[in-house]
Amino acid sequence: MRVRALAVRIVNQFLRDKRTLALLFLAPLLILSLMKLVFGGQAISPVIGIIDAPAALTDKFEQLNAEAEIVLYDNYDIAKAALQAGELDAVLQAGSGIPELMLEGSDPSVNRAILLLVQNATRIEGGHNAPVVNYLHGGPDLAPFDAFGPVLIGFFSFFFVFLLAGVSFLRERTSGTLERLLATPIRRSEIVAGYLAGFGIFTLLQATLIAWYSVHVLGLHMAGSIGSMLLINVLLSLTALTLGTLLSSFASSEFQIIQFIPIVIVPQAFFSGLFNLDAMNPWLQKLSLIMPLTYGADAMQGIMLRGEGWSDLQLDVYVLIGFSVLFALMNVVALKKHRRM
Amino acid sequence: MRSMSDVSQICPAIELQDISRAFGKRKVLSGITLTIPKGELFGLLGPSGSGKTTLVKIMTGIDRADSGTVHMLGETMPQLKMLQTFGYMAQSDALYNELTGKQNLAFFGAMFGLKGRALESRIQYAAGLVSLNEHLNVQTSAYSGGMKRRLSLAIALLHEPKLLVLDEPTVGIDPVLRKSIWRELVHLTKQGITIILTTHVMDEAEKCDRLGLIQNGKLIALNTPEAIKLNTGSSTLEDAFIALGERAGERE
Repeated sequence: MRVRALAVRIVNQFLRDKRTLALLFLAPLLILSLMKLVFGGQAISPVIGIIDAPAALTDKFEQLNAEAEIVLYDNYDIAKAALQAGELDAVLQAGSGIPELMLEGSDPSVNRAILLLVQNATRIEGGHNAPVVNYLHGGPDLAPFDAFGPVLIGFFSFFFVFLLAGVSFLRERTSGTLERLLATPIRRSEIVAGYLAGFGIFTLLQATLIAWYSVHVLGLHMAGSIGSMLLINVLLSLTALTLGTLLSSFASSEFQIIQFIPIVIVPQAFFSGLFNLDAMNPWLQKLSLIMPLTYGADAMQGIMLRGEGWSDLQLDVYVLIGFSVLFALMNVVALKKHRRM
Repeated sequence: MRSMSDVSQICPAIELQDISRAFGKRKVLSGITLTIPKGELFGLLGPSGSGKTTLVKIMTGIDRADSGTVHMLGETMPQLKMLQTFGYMAQSDALYNELTGKQNLAFFGAMFGLKGRALESRIQYAAGLVSLNEHLNVQTSAYSGGMKRRLSLAIALLHEPKLLVLDEPTVGIDPVLRKSIWRELVHLTKQGITIILTTHVMDEAEKCDRLGLIQNGKLIALNTPEAIKLNTGSSTLEDAFIALGERAGERE
């Protein structure tokens, strides 16, 4: 009898909380759909630039029915520039003598695919002409973790700061301290700025610790400067902070903050570069443009794998700052719900 | 030209004109007109959910009325700078439990622009008023319910407000302390500070200069405790309010 009463109570509570109910049924579907989109598309097809290609070799590529796009170049420098710009995944110099293969190198899975393909093609062509392999970034020792580690660093700073900021701002509301705070002459913008400053100190510490640990303890491949890495990590955390406090206005309990994870956090993980999106429908790929983590992860990978400097990073930096400012302003407006001046 | 303080000398503390407020379709307040002179100890009584808290929030400018006007000390409300002039104590204690009592006081003091020695002396004064001096360095989470209430009251008194708005100030406070707090409240009104409080306790209502009774969002009585008893022919305030409530109910 008591068991029944308890079960009925739980059913009633669930029926009252429409959002939780929706989450229970819809969130798994959402995440499964995302996984299908990311993993279920056609295979990744690398782009290989070939210089001085003998007709025999290009024919071999055709014959292999290779899942690769071949671009022909006459000039090594132009091909190299395309490789540096990220338009090519590899450049094969195939004139007379031993072929030379230059890999872009920042994605180990792409590296492997190209190596296999080129080895097959050159083997059929002429006995033991194994190509000499060079790497533009990274090297043969680059492990998968070196490639997605930078994304994970960004992801986890974002994730934890988002949760922490969301919950503490929510507490301010549920404990009544926000009401009391708003009964003082403080401006709404001052509240948002204060939160930014207070949490900013901890996000800076967090970013420093994470950067140091992943480079010096875990030994992640690090081509760029630790200063830029810190900058990106702090900016990403500030975005998470402003987004977390903003969204906490739309949650009435800690439980409902947790519910934002599958809606806000998980899709960003899928789109941010943890998985290769080349296999995904191009217009779906565009979704990644509205996700802050995309820019943070792109910058982190750029710094750690390719040693990118300011000129490559500045767009990501501006976009992240833009997100933070936008969320902070929206938060100032959202506070109007509690005090209309 | 008169300065603001001259104006506020002659203006009532609170002036409400035909205030109405609805949340969605639910009407919480309708047509409330009320003037509270300076230095008065004014009590708002009414059953739970009658709209007392909403009315208090509209007086202070935290909430805005759908229609009608609010003036505080002659100034049209709501106004950000007027938040400096009153102290507000909500029904919930609204404390940062991770902080000590003193840190709580210092934080809210800073919100009102208090700092340095002035802040320190105000903290000592306000904490002394509610007998919390010895517990100031204890984390608030270790406070009893009554201590939290007292700290909350101390915060409302911190910046020497001209107007005190207290929502159920003495809930959970033991009788001895309640008496000393009331003595202090009366003392404050003697200095010209206006106090508006909501209460359920009838013997506290007796101590107010004037009472307003709210029922279903309407002000159904406004007078001194004695006059209210006299008009209804009751010997106690409790009976008077029951009689008034029934009368208002019949009219509807």
